[in-house]
Amino acid sequence: MKAFLQPHRIVLLAIGLLLIGLAIGLMNWSWLENPKYQVLIVQGIWRSIWLTVVTMIIGMALAIPIGLAQAVGPWYLAIPARAFCTVIRGTPLLMQIWLLYYGLGSLFPGIPGIRDSVLWPILRQAWPYAVVALSLSVAGYEGEVMRGAFKGVPHGQLESAKSMGMPPFTMFRRIWLPQAIQRVLPTIGGETVLQLKSTPLVSTITVVEIYSVAGRIRQDTFIVYEPLLLLAAIYMCITGLIVLAFRTYERRLPTRTA
Amino acid sequence: MKKITLALAATLALGTAAFAEPVKIGVAAEPYPPFTSPDASGNWVGWEIDFMNAVCKQAALECVITPTAWDGIIPALTAGQIDVIMSSMSITEERMKTIDFSDKYYNTPAMVVTAKGAGLTPDPAGMTGKIIGVQVSTTHEAYTQKYFAPVAAEIKTYQTQDEANQDLAAGRIDAIMADSIALADFLKSETGVACCESAGNVADDSSILGLGVGFGLRKGDPLLPTLNAAIAAVRADGTYDTITKAYFDFDVYGAAN
Repeated sequence: MKAFLQPHRIVLLAIGLLLIGLAIGLMNWSWLENPKYQVLIVQGIWRSIWLTVVTMIIGMALAIPIGLAQAVGPWYLAIPARAFCTVIRGTPLLMQIWLLYYGLGSLFPGIPGIRDSVLWPILRQAWPYAVVALSLSVAGYEGEVMRGAFKGVPHGQLESAKSMGMPPFTMFRRIWLPQAIQRVLPTIGGETVLQLKSTPLVSTITVVEIYSVAGRIRQDTFIVYEPLLLLAAIYMCITGLIVLAFRTYERRLPTRTA
Repeated sequence: MKKITLALAATLALGTAAFAEPVKIGVAAEPYPPFTSPDASGNWVGWEIDFMNAVCKQAALECVITPTAWDGIIPALTAGQIDVIMSSMSITEERMKTIDFSDKYYNTPAMVVTAKGAGLTPDPAGMTGKIIGVQVSTTHEAYTQKYFAPVAAEIKTYQTQDEANQDLAAGRIDAIMADSIALADFLKSETGVACCESAGNVADDSSILGLGVGFGLRKGDPLLPTLNAAIAAVRADGTYDTITKAYFDFDVYGAAN
């Protein structure tokens, strides 16, 4: 504690506390007492978090085979994987979301009988399109990251595993994948933070996450800055949680490499 | 003495210069035909634009159209980026807390549009269990929140009316509610003819749907009496009716308040 409290840190802390105090004292936070907005804010935070977590998991699950195909796959797998990454990384995410929702999504009702099918209640909602678009985005970016990760694992280890008679899948599961993941864990942590900050884009297709809740409060009350400041604080808290989670996980992994 | 005259002259010159500065008319950047929409060459056209030109001519003002995003149009006015809101904005008590309104210059009922053959009525009974789409922060959203939200399955809000229209055509929502004139235009479009039909006008509630559409101004703006006088003059000399006839086959002014 003493080591932490150096003069420059004390000054910065004081300035920070003063700013927070001024924001609380001088600005208009009365809208926070409205139960309607409290419910919306909590739901919005939850939706932003699960969108980030779910799309990162689905995206990574897709990124591993895409990276593998690019790193060592035969040409008929490597070329489509490379093309997928180029297209996803080369076009704006907002455009991908709109193409899926307003483009592909508006073709579905033209299929005869689909409105009576069991799929329709899912297809007519907005969140499945948000999940698909955000997951594909992760798959595109991380597919490229995983390609580098797989290539970076020393070849000698794989050869020695093979010479010991280890089956290919066991070798992949025990030696190749863990080391590749470990190499890119800090990158993936950063990408998760970026992914969190991509989620506001889905507010444009009627998915109500925390960004659109803040927008709605601003439009209802004509209070401009306070909801934005709260939004900034919320994103910083979630980012802090993500960074903390990845740091804990990184520490638990042994750092010894061959 | 000479100095005082000079100073006076300078003040006067500055004063006139400030007065001659063009008035920035904020129009929602999203097209809202037939009131405000950009034509193929990017010029703003529509009933409201013609009406604005008549009013500005009457009041001898130089008016410049400044497209502004609808969801930020009131902050843009209060921050001084625009001087007047002219974007089919309904006069409501909620908005009057923040800005001033001129007298109304048109007033049209709100309509519900549904998929063809849905057989829904524009009242809480007809909207029970349905998904309704409205443009965010409009009087129509406030109306659906009050009358339909307790019984509807969901109220979906959109940044623009076009997106709500598209989602109705795609079958993602069961009904949309908006101004009858804007929706009549959608129903005449190719998509509208194919997918949808009017379920009729909703029951009026002037405490929510407002007292018609007026110009929005900053609180205490001295422009307000000028604009009100110009609106009255344009209505009295028949210009209003001439403009209206070019767009509609009925009077959009509505009942006198």
